[in-house]
Amino acid sequence: MSDSIQIKEEVTIKFAGDSGDGMQFMGNLFTENTALKGNDLATFPDYPAEIRAPIGTMAGVSGFQLHFGSKQIFTPGDQVDVLVAMNAAALKANLTRLKKTGTVIVNEDGFDGKNLRLAKYEKGVNPIEDDTLNDYEVFKIQLTKLTRECLKESPLSMKEKDRCKNMFVLGFLLWRYTRNLDSILTFIKNKFAQKPEILAANIATLKAGYHYGETTETFTTTYEVKKATLPPGTYRNIMGNHALALGLITAGQKSGRPVFYGSYPITPASDILHHLSRHKDFNVKTFQAEDEIAAATATIGAAYGGDLAITGTSGPGLALKGEAIGLAMMLEIPMVILNIQRGGPSTGLPTKTEQADLLMAMYGRNGECPMPIISASTPTDAFEVAFEACRIAMEHMTPVLLLSDGYIANGAAPWMIPKADEIEPIEVKFAEPREEDDPAFLPYERNEKLVRQWALPGTKGLAHRIGGLEKEANTGNVSYDPANHEYMIKIRAAKVDKIAESIPAQKLEMGEENGDLLILGWGSTYGVIQSVVSEMMSEGVSVAHAHIRYIHPFPKNLDNIVKGFKRVVIPEINNGQLVKLIREKYLIEAIPYNKIQGVPISHSELKNFVKQVMEVKV
Amino acid sequence: MTTEHKLKAKDFATDQDVRWCPGCGDYSILKQVQSVMAELELNRDEVVVVSGIGCSSRFPYYMNTYGMHSIHGRAPAVVTGLKIANPDLHVWMVTGDGDGLSIGGNHLLHILRRNVDVNVLLFNNEIYGLTKGQYSPTSEQNKKTKSTPFGSLDYPINPLAFAMGASATFIARSMDRDVKHLKKMLHRSEAHKGTSMLEIYQNCNIFNDGAFFSFTEKSSKPETAIFLEQGEPLVFGVDHSKGIRLDGYKPQVVDLEKDGFSKEDLWIHDETDIYKAQMLVRFFDDPSNVEGTYFPRPFGVIYAVDRPCYEDQLHAQVAEAKAKSKMNGLDDLLRGTSTWEVE
Ligand SMILES: Cc1ncc(C[n+]2csc(CCOP(=O)(O)OP(=O)(O)O)c2C)c(N)n1
Ligand code: SF4
Ligand SMILES: [Mg+2]
Repeated sequence: MSDSIQIKEEVTIKFAGDSGDGMQFMGNLFTENTALKGNDLATFPDYPAEIRAPIGTMAGVSGFQLHFGSKQIFTPGDQVDVLVAMNAAALKANLTRLKKTGTVIVNEDGFDGKNLRLAKYEKGVNPIEDDTLNDYEVFKIQLTKLTRECLKESPLSMKEKDRCKNMFVLGFLLWRYTRNLDSILTFIKNKFAQKPEILAANIATLKAGYHYGETTETFTTTYEVKKATLPPGTYRNIMGNHALALGLITAGQKSGRPVFYGSYPITPASDILHHLSRHKDFNVKTFQAEDEIAAATATIGAAYGGDLAITGTSGPGLALKGEAIGLAMMLEIPMVILNIQRGGPSTGLPTKTEQADLLMAMYGRNGECPMPIISASTPTDAFEVAFEACRIAMEHMTPVLLLSDGYIANGAAPWMIPKADEIEPIEVKFAEPREEDDPAFLPYERNEKLVRQWALPGTKGLAHRIGGLEKEANTGNVSYDPANHEYMIKIRAAKVDKIAESIPAQKLEMGEENGDLLILGWGSTYGVIQSVVSEMMSEGVSVAHAHIRYIHPFPKNLDNIVKGFKRVVIPEINNGQLVKLIREKYLIEAIPYNKIQGVPISHSELKNFVKQVMEVKV
Repeated sequence: MTTEHKLKAKDFATDQDVRWCPGCGDYSILKQVQSVMAELELNRDEVVVVSGIGCSSRFPYYMNTYGMHSIHGRAPAVVTGLKIANPDLHVWMVTGDGDGLSIGGNHLLHILRRNVDVNVLLFNNEIYGLTKGQYSPTSEQNKKTKSTPFGSLDYPINPLAFAMGASATFIARSMDRDVKHLKKMLHRSEAHKGTSMLEIYQNCNIFNDGAFFSFTEKSSKPETAIFLEQGEPLVFGVDHSKGIRLDGYKPQVVDLEKDGFSKEDLWIHDETDIYKAQMLVRFFDDPSNVEGTYFPRPFGVIYAVDRPCYEDQLHAQVAEAKAKSKMNGLDDLLRGTSTWEVE
């Protein structure tokens, strides 16, 4: 029995271990359990690019950070309250992030001579034996030994048994945060249904960890984080890529079109392909192409044939798709291109996050080729943005580029599940069949939105040719006429600009118009900006937050918004890209704040910067 | 699929001016395709012609059907997506030796192994026509062109051996100048369910004139070319005086008048025999030297077998998933397995 239950408003836990230690799995299980408890939360998985990075080294450390609370949670947290370190390298890599008076849970067996050497501790130094951890509450658990002990009757191999030690820690933490095991038991029973021995071992170690807390730490406090006050509704915990996939399927269902998804595997976009390929029952066709060029061009073929056609990738793949996107733009057919950004250039930092493809999205094609760009700001926002991208593509007959990033893709948050019948349908109207004496079909005739018709092969009387060569207005016939070319360039751009008339006005997420400072963001900086702005507002600073979803075209009132503030700060995980667009478009002296380290901007970093900006008189 | 009146070849032509050079082999191919479509009584609204980039790839503009002139080399991927969206369409794909085997070689490989139901017409003129005469992947070695003034170094690709390697289900060869044969091969391509790979020798009279004359001209054709017929012995030469027999697993050219063999001794063509097809696609000798061990270049259907098409299998998977689905509508999907309520 524990002494007492102490109520906490928020907690940040970091799980760190070898990439083979199951940290992501454990982190996700604990997150799921936290979500079901009704807490608000944000997560940040951070893992090496190599599947089996060198064991025991700093390079091989895989981490999963979870911030949860009974109050609103904006970010995965800067400093952590609890650090779980499965070995010496994991401790070394993360100790600086631990709050003073924080808690460390270490696997004692991960601090033997070999592990210490691999973590490059000096000879004779063992941080869990000397005074390194004096300021912290420390739990030293002989995880390997206890796990083996617990599983001594199990027929599993020693290696398989050792792999269960993450379950022991998980059990221990669940005890410490006064959770019950039910949801996790259900989950692992499903997951290992075909492997009864592994299932039994996982359950046994999970329970052993839980009981270990109860029985050995008799005089310690346990904690409880109460439900967060979220708007009423039914919730689930969801990761960004999953939400995005659901948004695409929903758009298919709401437009009545089959979904086609053409993709070539690439981190961190692959999970979208995985999710969609499981949902063929929702009229989803997935096509794993031979490369990104084929993925994009097959998507063009599917769009031409009448599917809601989507292709997804990450930076290097977007570079390959450029020519095909230009074709889609020229053909004026509906198509969505997902770019789940990662660190670049080239192969860059495949498993780390970055926002550095914005200018490629804007300008990365030959010729004058402007196209709509829309961006997701949080894991749950990815659902709506995916739906919105499909809507714009089909209603405006245009390729649409959707930007997300690794941080959104793999991050999780509670999601208030929308009701299917409350989602507005997407109107799709194809060109009507024609009889022989009807006037000739003009494939590039436009309506008041400058949008041409979607004419499907197989429709009676509409036979026509389209292609990448410049086409004559209306007829679509090949044309090399100089004036026609200029006219077509302008009209294609005007068509995209007109989308601004049918998108919502730019709103402020927090704060009032016309203040001292606007923090203007896009994409995954949403959470950190929210957290900084809410704190500064409570300190009495005249500050506001606007977050741009529609990057091209910008909402019409963005002009007024940015010009209403004395200072505009634009934080980005790149070397300054949105800031260029804003300066160019509105001729204001927007101030960039950039961090390009493959990790999100932290609360304290942004706050310190903003404070400095506020000190400069304007 | 009913049309009011029977369409003629000219009903498949558009009002656009055809812009190939006068005398180009592409004209003949265009004409044969139009007349074969009329003979097949295809409905124009259900035919889509898709191409990449090149002289040959201008083809869709001249076909009064649906059509797309896409980007260089990528037509195989475009048609794959199109057939996945709508498997009922009759899709014809036009490509060149550069378009299909250089920039688009990867995609051609994959459409062949996936066996998407598309008729691929590969116009091989052994040159880059549209970019004005550089050597192509099918050009013979040591070819002098604008980009290879000292002769090309690359060893030429053998398109049909490539197709065989990609596990194509239909492999055939024809030529622009043999109208009857070409039409027959077009009929066979359309009849085949799966990717039909038809290589067509096409004369580029501007940049590579006469590249295939030894196969196409009456004077040399009998000795250099062999025309395959299902179930018939492999014979060629003037008055079919020569044949090919199998000596164990080795093919051998025999003179039926001198060598003491009769037609009964010859290799009987069997389109479904993968081992024989492997050998036939390797009959790729230089026709400028027909002496000695020269094997004549095969024309006709070399290989044709049935294998399920990618798009049909994908649609079957979707249908099965729908039939077996435990989901009761979109709400079920959005909710997932674990939810909680906030009051
Ligand atoms: C991405 C790209 N690279 C290069 C070109 C230039 N280009 C156009 S056609 C062509 C070669 C075409 O050769 P082939 O496929 O043999 O067609 P042909 O003109 O001989 O019929 C090239 C290199 C292009 N259009 N696009
Ligand atoms: S360049 Fe050659 S292939 Fe091209 S149109 Fe002229 S003759 Fe035909
Ligand atoms: Mg060519």
